Amino acid sequence: MTTLQHNTHTRSTHSYQKQAQSSRSPGRLATALLTAAVMGASTQVIAQDDDPIKVGILHSLSGTMAISETVLKDTVEMLIEQQNEAGGLLGRQLEAVVVDPASNWPLFAERARELLAQEEVDVIFGNWTSVSRKAVLPVVEELNGLLFYPVQYEGEESSENVFYTGAAPNQQAIPAVEYLINEVGIERFALVGTDYVYPRTTNRILEAFLKDEHGIAEEDIMVNYTPFGHSDWQNIVAEIRRFGEEGKPTAVISTVNGDANVPFYTELSNQGIDAADIPVIAFSVGEQELTGIDTGPLVGHLAAWNYFMSVDNDDNYDFIDAWIEYTGDDMAVTNDPMEAHYIGFNMWAEAVRKAGTTDVDTVKDAIIGVTVPNLSGGYAAMMPNHHITKPVLIGEIQDNGQFDIVWQTPSTVAGDAWSDYLPGSRDLIADWRKPMECGNFNVVNGSCGGSTAAEEAEAALAE
Amino acid sequence: MRRFLSLGLLCLMLLSITVTAQAQTNSTASSTDDTAALELLEALDVESYTAKSEAITAILQSDDERARDWLQALLDGRLQRTEDGRFVLVLENRGRDWPVADVLTGEALGEMSRRDLERVGINNNLRNQLRSAIAVVDLYSPNVERRRTSAERLLGEVDSDLVQPINELIEQEEDDQVRYRLTQAVAIYRAEAGEMEGVEALDGSLHPRSRVALSRAANGDDPVVANAAAASLAGIEQQLKINRGLETLYFGLSLGSVLVLAAIGLAITFGVMGVINMAHGELMMLGAYTTWAMQQLLPGQPGLALILSIPAGFMVAALAGVAIERGVIQFLKGRPLETLLATFGISLILQQLVRTVISPLNRTVITPEWMSGSLVVNDALSLTLNRMYVLGFALVVFAGLMLIMRRTRLGLEVRAVTQNRAMARSMGIRATRVDIMTFALGSGVAGLAGVALSQLTNVGPNLGQNYIIDSFMVVVFGGVGNLWGTLVAGLSLGVINQVLEPWAGAVLAKIIVLVFIILFIQKRPRGLFPQKGRAAEG
Repeated sequence: MTTLQHNTHTRSTHSYQKQAQSSRSPGRLATALLTAAVMGASTQVIAQDDDPIKVGILHSLSGTMAISETVLKDTVEMLIEQQNEAGGLLGRQLEAVVVDPASNWPLFAERARELLAQEEVDVIFGNWTSVSRKAVLPVVEELNGLLFYPVQYEGEESSENVFYTGAAPNQQAIPAVEYLINEVGIERFALVGTDYVYPRTTNRILEAFLKDEHGIAEEDIMVNYTPFGHSDWQNIVAEIRRFGEEGKPTAVISTVNGDANVPFYTELSNQGIDAADIPVIAFSVGEQELTGIDTGPLVGHLAAWNYFMSVDNDDNYDFIDAWIEYTGDDMAVTNDPMEAHYIGFNMWAEAVRKAGTTDVDTVKDAIIGVTVPNLSGGYAAMMPNHHITKPVLIGEIQDNGQFDIVWQTPSTVAGDAWSDYLPGSRDLIADWRKPMECGNFNVVNGSCGGSTAAEEAEAALAE
Repeated sequence: MRRFLSLGLLCLMLLSITVTAQAQTNSTASSTDDTAALELLEALDVESYTAKSEAITAILQSDDERARDWLQALLDGRLQRTEDGRFVLVLENRGRDWPVADVLTGEALGEMSRRDLERVGINNNLRNQLRSAIAVVDLYSPNVERRRTSAERLLGEVDSDLVQPINELIEQEEDDQVRYRLTQAVAIYRAEAGEMEGVEALDGSLHPRSRVALSRAANGDDPVVANAAAASLAGIEQQLKINRGLETLYFGLSLGSVLVLAAIGLAITFGVMGVINMAHGELMMLGAYTTWAMQQLLPGQPGLALILSIPAGFMVAALAGVAIERGVIQFLKGRPLETLLATFGISLILQQLVRTVISPLNRTVITPEWMSGSLVVNDALSLTLNRMYVLGFALVVFAGLMLIMRRTRLGLEVRAVTQNRAMARSMGIRATRVDIMTFALGSGVAGLAGVALSQLTNVGPNLGQNYIIDSFMVVVFGGVGNLWGTLVAGLSLGVINQVLEPWAGAVLAKIIVLVFIILFIQKRPRGLFPQKGRAAEG
């Protein structure tokens, strides 16, 4: 049943794409004429090169993650459309190939295989949850594809075929905690998260960081996990309230994912916990999530991201205008993972231009060091560990669903694949440049750890 | 600490302000100072938060009587600036264009695009500063409510400079609550300073600030004071334990009431009629979406919309239920497996329908003013209002259903048809009509549950899925076909869950409850209250 659905879906998106291409005629026509002229001049051999460059989009369009991922699909489609309007890439048009993994983690791997093996796409933009990325990883490595992953994640990974354009923990969680300690004077931390790999790993890193770097005592850290979509927060919030009543300034660090946040914040405000008493800093609540929420109870709570829609910058305003025009919705919002796709797409396009081909191995080498503007007025560079440089921003939620930026790092921060605060991963670095070409190089014993170092790190995580 | 000191200074200054302001007549104060006032506001519009903090202090020191309104506007993020530098107050900040008024003159300026407005930003530190400042100003307010919140805010924030003026205020204060809070605030200050008087005054107080103050006093140098503080701390801890127990019980009952609401409709369709309706959760979802739709139809009146949603949600879900019964279930009578599959299909169809027609995104349902916040029993126990309403609503729905089933002709016929269909028909009961009515009733109650859930959780296409398993669990645990069983089962599962949660965690608590039910059903397959007699055999 799903296959059928999916097939029709792909086809309809294709035809939509074609319609879109032909409907925006003037620019298109010129490009087409140009291409035709080039074609006439060239020989039969490169005729094959006029086939469109295929861009795979692997985002859930149904199921629980559809809320967050649908806009990312639209973002990539918009970027492709813009690129095509600007004349395509290497003189060729781009074509989106959309599949729907339906928030089903194993299905992500199947769809990725289909994109690479059947559709033979040149690059994939996709995934949201870490579980889905872990599912796709072996497929992308086996079939030598390119995957751009746009969401903040827990780190402890660096693959030759994956480019992480979202934040690693040192680009979001760690600076956020430092902000709480240094600027707000927080001394007690409640780490509250949804029960899956990203919150668990992030909280483990944060716990180690708080204890080792800031000397926070064991009893001043509270950790709590809840299932996906949890809606009964009474007890946990009461616990947080009591935790915060001991006389020390307290904050909640929330890795609660998805719509479980709404009842969480509502319960906080109903039990009379105000942002001024116990601020909550969230790593998964962005503008998109706030559109489904009555923001009244959230005002003053914090979020840490690398981009906010409220960033005062002309590039950002242009992006927002383009997005509103593309969606046809006046109230459409932009968010951090969208910016990550914006950066990732531009980096890939730049690397393809630099390499003169879409060949995966060549692009993979060419993209390291590529620098493109981000939307907050700075530049993002692709590092040798396949992570990028990003500024870290802290915003306070306002009652109109936007963030007021209250703090930001003075410069951009380079993503760190392996956390410096976990015992197993402390000694690992990733560098995909020749001659090292290793995702988990152990600097202590000087060898590319291969499986053992990665396993050590994983064992450290699992304990 | 620095904040407290500056607060004391502030208060002294304010005292002098109030005196001068009283001496002055109102008209002279405002109009002459507009240039000065503009300067004060200008100072707020700077990058640095330290400079902003100083600007706020400057505004407080000024003798402009609009100062409080400005600070409140700044606190609410409604103090904004137009492109030509005019300070305006945003009256309503939804949508793209906002109605604004001039801050200095109060004159309405019509609507302005939000792109042309720049907010004077603040952060949490400033927000704290503003709240404390407004609290001190409000102590002199003629409005009792303002004085109450302000006194509440001062707990634990009193310093040596504030003690004197607060003591004077206590003597003048007419409201008991304000006087109590202010006395407590001073006592906390005294106890922290190690004074016996303060420790004695705090004996039995459950407020967290008092506890912190007492535990500091208990670690103090004077052994007599320390012992007294330790003794009252022990008493307070005992009290807190009791309150905590009560709180957990309340949490449990409120979770239980949600389970009862979700399951009670199913207790009728599944329990009484024997139809396994997997689309029950989606009927709840329809009820929740009805609430959303009503709020869209009646903008600005979320409370009225919510009340009207109760009959509307019932009707929508009941009609959908009738459609399902007539369209599918009646053809599958006596084939439970096929009914299960068909209704599961319907549930998927309904979910996708909502996704396509409305949106895959969650909808915002506004909680009316009278349902947010909590009922304060004492300093350690407050009951959240939204859940209290839901608890009450669940009980009312249950009572109503019991009445219908026990006291009306419909109830009699339902019981007759379910006990012996053939016999009932031969007695002249139109069994088909009873089927429709019963299913409509069960579905309508699911709609009511949806209306209630819209106040507690997300209104989205997945709402129903989250509750369907729990609903079946409650019905089976309580005993199929028994409404009392559903009530008892729902409430007790809620309490068990909440008692387990603090030490087992939310995930494990759920698992333990599930395992418990499985074992229980092994032992007593017919649930808590099994049906007796011949009807049970069928």
